[in-house]
Amino acid sequence: MEDLKQKLMKKHLLAPGHTACAGCGEALGMRLIVDAIGPNCIIANATGCSEIFTSKYPQSAWEVPWVHSLFENSSAIASGVEVALKARGKTGIKVVAMGGDGATADIGIGCISGMWERGHNILYVCLDNEAYMNTGIQRSSQTPFNASTTTSPSGSESMGNQTLKKDMIAIANAHRVKYVATVSLANPKDLERKVKKAVETVGPSYIHFQAPCPLGWGFDSDKAVEIAKLAINTGLFPVIEYEDGQLVKVQKIAKKVPVEDYLKTQSRFRHLLKSDAGKKVIAQIQTIADANIEKFGLV
Amino acid sequence: MAIESYLWQGSHAVAQGALKAGVNYFAGYPITPSTEVAEFMAYALPSRDGIFIQMEDEIASIASLIGASLAGAKAITATSGPGFSLMQEGLGYAIMAEVPLVIVDVMRGGPSTGLPTKPTQADVMQAKWGTHGDHPIIALCPASVKESYYLMVKAVNLSERFRTPVIFLTDETIAHMRERVQIDVDEKLYIEPRIEPKDPRNYKTFQPDERLVPHQAKFGTGFRTVVTALYHDESGFQNTSAEVAERFNKRLVDKVEKYIDEFYETEEYNLENSELVFVSYGASHRTVLQVLNDSKNPKWGFLRLVTIWPFHDKLVKEKLKKAKVIVVPELNMGQMVKEIQRLFGDTKKIVSVNRWDGELITPDQLRKVAEQA
Repeated sequence: MEDLKQKLMKKHLLAPGHTACAGCGEALGMRLIVDAIGPNCIIANATGCSEIFTSKYPQSAWEVPWVHSLFENSSAIASGVEVALKARGKTGIKVVAMGGDGATADIGIGCISGMWERGHNILYVCLDNEAYMNTGIQRSSQTPFNASTTTSPSGSESMGNQTLKKDMIAIANAHRVKYVATVSLANPKDLERKVKKAVETVGPSYIHFQAPCPLGWGFDSDKAVEIAKLAINTGLFPVIEYEDGQLVKVQKIAKKVPVEDYLKTQSRFRHLLKSDAGKKVIAQIQTIADANIEKFGLV
Repeated sequence: MAIESYLWQGSHAVAQGALKAGVNYFAGYPITPSTEVAEFMAYALPSRDGIFIQMEDEIASIASLIGASLAGAKAITATSGPGFSLMQEGLGYAIMAEVPLVIVDVMRGGPSTGLPTKPTQADVMQAKWGTHGDHPIIALCPASVKESYYLMVKAVNLSERFRTPVIFLTDETIAHMRERVQIDVDEKLYIEPRIEPKDPRNYKTFQPDERLVPHQAKFGTGFRTVVTALYHDESGFQNTSAEVAERFNKRLVDKVEKYIDEFYETEEYNLENSELVFVSYGASHRTVLQVLNDSKNPKWGFLRLVTIWPFHDKLVKEKLKKAKVIVVPELNMGQMVKEIQRLFGDTKKIVSVNRWDGELITPDQLRKVAEQA
């Protein structure tokens, strides 16, 4: 009991009382990530849900130094911070840049590519809730195949978002990022271990966190962890780890689940369950999951 | 058909107007408070054989508009301050390469991320001078939901008529407001056709007609088209000689500004009898209407600028000649008022009424200033 009490009373570096939606997977994930990074860090945070809900006037949820950049340039601002600290002889401070999937894979990819190419000692964290949630659920290049969003609506002309998720892991590895890993709410111990490893890495590191979003994905506010678990067990979100471009570890799927079990938990895929055309799409999504399982040896 | 009533949001009226004008291409990026335009177009365009593309940022959005327009589409985008800032380079390119397109800028509080969900009118000067170099710009500013519809048709028409980008400068208040709109959606409106060259043999991409506008062939129609934003002669090949640069830049500006009477639009009330005239535009004009409605002062009137840029010195001077006091309410620190001061100097009393905290100027605030002026 004492242990539980200690846990409950623990002071987090992302303090409670922020304005994220009830059941927000991103908020929970960020708290775990920042706690794992530890207090000796500086965070550059791109525009998006995370920036908004942690810094609403007159309160800030941040217990560490924090700078809100623009949408596209948290990585470039972090680059400047890292280099200046180095020039001033300050060592041991962990510089972290973070942003959502849009800030990372769409508008921010140019600045991130530059940061990685120059080899800055920075951890970049992508908080991937798979669409622009802060502006009201518009698709991004991380939106899953045929998910319905306000700019990829399902209807008579379309089943939803027509593109596959941009492969940020491959992009990071192509930049020779030293440490690259995906993390999930469903495995907080693994998340903590990987984030610690990432910040201890000398050179660029990249953490890709899947952030289940009750509002944008359409599920009840008590389901984020369950859905994160389903994403792993279907093969749609492989939990993997690279060092110097080499795959060093994957989280095995205990019991493989058909993708339909994941899709039916979320209203963004609801339209797929209603028609024969939708069934065909579900079969295609199963192919995506199966390809992940084969590629990373998940079962 | 008949006139019917609709409850439209300003953003949706903009999108409806764009569709009415024949817009068949939208590329954009989510940004508050303009995202509703993109969402509407994403929903409406596919079933009309149009294209909606969500781009990776605003730099790419305007660039794809340029490509789409060169390939023959009627192309628009919608954004707000930070996105409009990113578009400035592309805007300059489109001006230089004489590519028709429309940028809807739903103004929010700035600079930078600023006040995303609240209105200002602080992009007025950015619309004119945001991109570098001497250039013409056409910017239109609606003050109601209904006007957003008709003015968007005009914006698209002007971009085709002059082969130049047009800025549709609206604001968070007008774009997010819902109003009853009484229109006949099937009403025939004038739609500016894109003039196409006929003879590929003697074709020069930038050969101007008698109105100073070149008529570029659409890509894919058999013409050898050369497009560049370097200084170029009529052929389109770069030529940075002093003679060509002087001639080209002059024509670029003249093709719009010499024809200002063709499209310049204002709305006025009681200018003949007014000692005090409000000069207003967009959201702040709504406050003016309330003040005039409440006060019923027979010696007060207004001049509303519908065309924000170019500024029509001669016409505005004439319209305001009887006014002794000019009151300029703006949701910024005073941008358009400087144009009025430039026209009249010390010869009239000019009062700037400003608010930049994300709230509207209240009728009380404006009335008190006017009464004391």
